Amino acid sequence: MEKGVNPSGKSGGPLIRLADVTKVYPLPAGDVTAIDHLSLEVEHGDFVAVMGVSGSGKSTLLNLIGCLDVPTSGDLFLNGVNIRNLADDPLTELRRDTIGFVFQQFNLIPLLTAYENVEFPLILSQGRDGGPGPGEIANRCRAVLSSVGLDESLATHTPSELSGGQQQRVAIARALVNDPDILLCDEPTGNLDTRTGTTIMELLAEMNRAGKTIIMVTHDQRVAGYARRRIELVDGRLA
Amino acid sequence: MILFDYARRNIRLHWFRSFLAVIGIVIGVVAISSMGVLGNSLVLSISDSLTTVGDTIVVYPQSGAGPMGGGGGGTTSFQITQRQVDQITRAVGTNLVIPVHTGADRVIMGKENQAVSLYGMDPADIPEILELEDGIFLRSTTGAMAGKRLAEEFDLNVGSTVVIGEDGERVRIVGILKERGIGFDINPDYALVVSDRWFESTYGEEGYNMVVVKVEDLEEIDAVKTAIEDALNRRTDVVTVLDTRAILQTILDAFNNISTFTTAIGGISLIVAGVSILNVMMMSVTERTREIGIIRSIGAKRREVMRIFLYEALVLGLIGAGIGGVLSFGGAFLAVSVMLQSTTYLFVPSSLVYILYGMLFGIGTSLLSGLYPAWRAANLNPIEALRHD
Repeated sequence: MEKGVNPSGKSGGPLIRLADVTKVYPLPAGDVTAIDHLSLEVEHGDFVAVMGVSGSGKSTLLNLIGCLDVPTSGDLFLNGVNIRNLADDPLTELRRDTIGFVFQQFNLIPLLTAYENVEFPLILSQGRDGGPGPGEIANRCRAVLSSVGLDESLATHTPSELSGGQQQRVAIARALVNDPDILLCDEPTGNLDTRTGTTIMELLAEMNRAGKTIIMVTHDQRVAGYARRRIELVDGRLA
Repeated sequence: MILFDYARRNIRLHWFRSFLAVIGIVIGVVAISSMGVLGNSLVLSISDSLTTVGDTIVVYPQSGAGPMGGGGGGTTSFQITQRQVDQITRAVGTNLVIPVHTGADRVIMGKENQAVSLYGMDPADIPEILELEDGIFLRSTTGAMAGKRLAEEFDLNVGSTVVIGEDGERVRIVGILKERGIGFDINPDYALVVSDRWFESTYGEEGYNMVVVKVEDLEEIDAVKTAIEDALNRRTDVVTVLDTRAILQTILDAFNNISTFTTAIGGISLIVAGVSILNVMMMSVTERTREIGIIRSIGAKRREVMRIFLYEALVLGLIGAGIGGVLSFGGAFLAVSVMLQSTTYLFVPSSLVYILYGMLFGIGTSLLSGLYPAWRAANLNPIEALRHD
């Protein structure tokens, strides 16, 4: 992928660049403009908290950067690649290789164990050029599970047998296992009690110190305090 | 193979509805494959008998006894006259013509009194189509020969005496015939063979019930058949001329009708199974919409999502085909044992391959039904899927 073309990504420009991006959802009741001519740059290693009331366009922004959706107009560059005109497969490859998602609801696959949930993205990239072999998969899963502080004995448990904090650790491990450039977090502490939320935020801050670029949607001021930079959206525009 | 394992676990989670969906596949596989095996065994066993009588043409009186009516009785009004026999003899040239009386009568053998098939033939003709196991061939008008199975069942030996008919004529068994199997001309295994003169004087019959023509050169069969028909059926059809292949064809046609019917049931069952698998898979897709959103967001391509659901259909198909395969082997074993009294032809590759066909049909149906749900799953919008509860 583009990682190969531009290995560090640091040589040319920002990691993420939005140039006059607009996202319009056509609805029967009339078009809804979720993102309105937004321009934004995020550098490598940054930690951005995206704030705003509900309906302000936070989630849409996250979905666009996360390659789950493409802009209606304007350009969005990830590592210098404009995603606007990409087809479904290359967008999916970007999600797999460049982006890690952490959700409010943890979104682990209920039928798979903690270990298998973490393994899943690696399995998806297995057998491709530069994809991991079976031995490497096992090593990376173990390494990433220990880096998020999940006890090894919990690896064989299914999500329903884990606490919220443990599930979120597994989710973060899953997001990190493909060594993505960007970690996208959507209210990562929204479903956790304050104390567990704090430990998760400390984990994310530690990942950021280790070099991960993080973009986090939240409306919790205290959580936003962990970020290096805050932006606030109002009606799809920067406030 | 985590994707496969993942599909397998989902089926286990919903094992009951999966099981219901699989039943249809099982029935379809059993119907298709056991019919195939039975049909093939039947063809093989008939073909085997055919080689021993493949050079035979049988002439029946029109609308008289059919090919299987050999023991029909001596009272039928449709018979082949001596004049017609002479016509046949002239028509077939050097080929051997054997006129046969058929009938049945009560026979006392030891303490048993039993209805037994009787064949009346010229003693000179008997060695031409039958083989001797014990004793001697019939030489005079008196005396009888017993079929092997009749002799075994009623403990008849050379020298035994049986009493034939109400008049109670005592007849001595002079010879036991070799077992012949199912024949298309005559079936003497469970019958008594007597001389034509004795038969005619006892039952007061002049006409014959059938005429067997042994053809020397197999290539000539069609020509001989045509010659007989030309000679006898000039104005109206007075005789039916069958060669063994035609008889085989009649049996196979009858079987094919049954087979078509059963296969149709199998086909319908597979369609129903397909619909219920489609239903189960659609439920699965709806229930797992959010899960599909998750795996799409972490980098599963459309075709990978499709593969997960096709694996699920495949697992259902494999289970159905597996159970169906085992059951159809049992079913075919039972059907063949009952219908052919022998399982010799069941354990040959050309029969067993039908079980494989049936199983492949089952798996194919399952995959086909999984196609649409899998496509639906693969084409869900990831964002909307993630929002789904």
